[in-house]
Amino acid sequence: MATNKETIEKKTLSLQTKKALIAYSFLIIPVLFYLAIRIIPAFQAFLMSFTTSSSSAFTLENYQKLVQDEVFWKSVKNTMLYVVIVVPLQMLFGLLLALAIERMGGKFKWFYRVVFFLPYMTSIVAISWVWRLLYDPNSGVLNEILVKLHLPTQEWLGSPSTALISISIVIIWQMMGFCMLLFTAGLQVIPKQYYEAANIDGATKWQLFWNITFPLLNPTIVFLAIIGVIQTLQTFTQIANLTGGSSGGGLGGPLNSTMSVVVYMYNEGFREYNLHYAAASTVFLFILILIVTLIQFRTFNKSYKL
Amino acid sequence: MKKTFALIFTLLIGSVLLAACSGGDSKGGEKDSDKTEITYWQYTFPTKVEEIDKIIADFEAENPDIKVVAQDFPYDQYQNKIFAAVEAGDGPDILNIYNGWISKFVDMDYIQPIREEFMSKDEISDYYVDMIQPYELDGEYYTLPVAVRSLALFWNKDMYKEAGLDPESPPKTWDELIENAKAMTEMTDDGRYKKEGFGWNAAGQGLHEFQQVLLRQYGVEPYSEDASKVLWNEKQEGYDAFKYWMDMTMVHKIGDPDVGNTYREAFLAGLAGMIVDGSFAVGDIQNANFDWGVTTLPVLEEGGLQSNYASYWTNAIAKGVEGKKLEASEKFLAYLIQEDVQRDWLENIGELPASKALIEDAELANDPTYGPFIEGLEYAHATFFVNEDKERQIIIDGVDKIRLENADYDETFDDIVKKIQEVRDEFFDKQ
Repeated sequence: MATNKETIEKKTLSLQTKKALIAYSFLIIPVLFYLAIRIIPAFQAFLMSFTTSSSSAFTLENYQKLVQDEVFWKSVKNTMLYVVIVVPLQMLFGLLLALAIERMGGKFKWFYRVVFFLPYMTSIVAISWVWRLLYDPNSGVLNEILVKLHLPTQEWLGSPSTALISISIVIIWQMMGFCMLLFTAGLQVIPKQYYEAANIDGATKWQLFWNITFPLLNPTIVFLAIIGVIQTLQTFTQIANLTGGSSGGGLGGPLNSTMSVVVYMYNEGFREYNLHYAAASTVFLFILILIVTLIQFRTFNKSYKL
Repeated sequence: MKKTFALIFTLLIGSVLLAACSGGDSKGGEKDSDKTEITYWQYTFPTKVEEIDKIIADFEAENPDIKVVAQDFPYDQYQNKIFAAVEAGDGPDILNIYNGWISKFVDMDYIQPIREEFMSKDEISDYYVDMIQPYELDGEYYTLPVAVRSLALFWNKDMYKEAGLDPESPPKTWDELIENAKAMTEMTDDGRYKKEGFGWNAAGQGLHEFQQVLLRQYGVEPYSEDASKVLWNEKQEGYDAFKYWMDMTMVHKIGDPDVGNTYREAFLAGLAGMIVDGSFAVGDIQNANFDWGVTTLPVLEEGGLQSNYASYWTNAIAKGVEGKKLEASEKFLAYLIQEDVQRDWLENIGELPASKALIEDAELANDPTYGPFIEGLEYAHATFFVNEDKERQIIIDGVDKIRLENADYDETFDDIVKKIQEVRDEFFDKQ
């Protein structure tokens, strides 16, 4: 009897092993792919940042140069500014839109959702160039409107004092539709009974929002905050297309006022061809993103109790 | 298990088939193995790509043992492509590069000197216009151009008429240029440009026009003989030249970099009365829907020193190309730089011949469109760049500090010179 049982067990085990083997054999391709194009190059970049193009000996030279470079610190400061300006505002506008559209009801809900989500689906390059035309200080639509309203015209992307804000506006405008969509999804899973019960208890609308809606949106907020911060820390395309380009001015101008760490890395790596030094700045960015994300996980992710 | 095997088997068969297909392709092109194949890289400039294809067809007909494969890449990615390919050991045999990149490419060990047996230094300096000379590095020439470009002044005759100016008399001096430009500039009440008289921009050709034309006309030799020292602010005249140039936009308000996306686009849109641009702009400007003319660059005072800035795209043989491939590459280069090709090049592309003999050709010099450019070549200077992108950015940033933050002229000028000097020091210290 015992032997019989054993053979059955063996058979089932080997069937499981077979299944697992098939699963692994399917998984191995994406894993290899991921290793080859992501993990290994990232690791190599990390090692590269400790060498120079002339010698492969370990050195901190790149990091010393990085710490002493004013433009690099300016790009770090700008990157933080992008995060502080862009992330809260895009989430706030996204939430307001989601709440407003949710409130509307009726036939046109889908229309408004599509309208606000459209910018997110459009190519960043195309959007950036349209905004570049809108921002044109001499013939752009925005300044024309300001003139009509008898307000002082702005230099927009042309001046170091307004360029960073102008780029932030484009990013917020594009990302708020994405936030809106996720908030909408978040709002729809909140059970209606909570609101009914609170209404019976005589809660005001404000109380409903702060005590039911907001805490129950917490997972969405955490997700959007983390994704938003990571994306903004890596902002590149908008800056690359809204600045520089015409007649050969560099990216991140004027006067480096819109330069982010990624743009700095690009300029050093692919304009100056100083890959080892550029690698050092990416390692810095990696550490920055890691720290910020860890802090966010800690502070945001407490569970709310009703 | 059978299914897995079947899957792996299909995949294997598939990949073998694919490999066979692609293998067949390359074999098809190369019928016998005695053919030497060389690759030629350039950036995507449609008329150039077309012209090169034609030249290659002629060359291959004359040299049946050589096959030239031409590849082109968009301008913005071109340097990145070269960089990535060479670092991966997969670069081309011949590269078409901008003269401003030569030092960088030599420094990075990407290109090899022209061999004495192929074309001696004397032959090169006899054959080419004098402005090729600055690019003799450590006593070696590294590249051979087909054509060169110089600057000239384009003006919009319709805008001249509208402003009540004589459309047939373009400015001869810079003062006249400023006066004419003022007449054509239109502003809104709040000080924004509707039209600019002159496409003033430090980026583009503006910075070259300053360092090789205005500085020289003020009597300042911009660089030391070996190009290692930046001499812009050695004399008071340098500061004066800089002030004169900056005042065009700051005081006289005859133009601004923000009008149009580039000054050429502004000119084409009828928003800029005059621009300084290269011979390569003729192709675009020919299609303008207004009357225009082109003339030599202004001077400081009538009869004063004429000067011009020249640049060129040029051909280099990559480092490590040797044996049969080197011979084939040299043969192709020799074919590419001959005078007949240069003539066609001017006709089809609008770049000026680089050979001394052709520049002295009377027929070419009297051409109404190309004449002013060819005349400009006689007194043109090519800047020896150590790192063109970086030097350009330093000047643009300096100018922006004045334009946008009202920085002091003289201090900013000193700062620009100091920073460019640092870039040069870094390069020459390594040599």
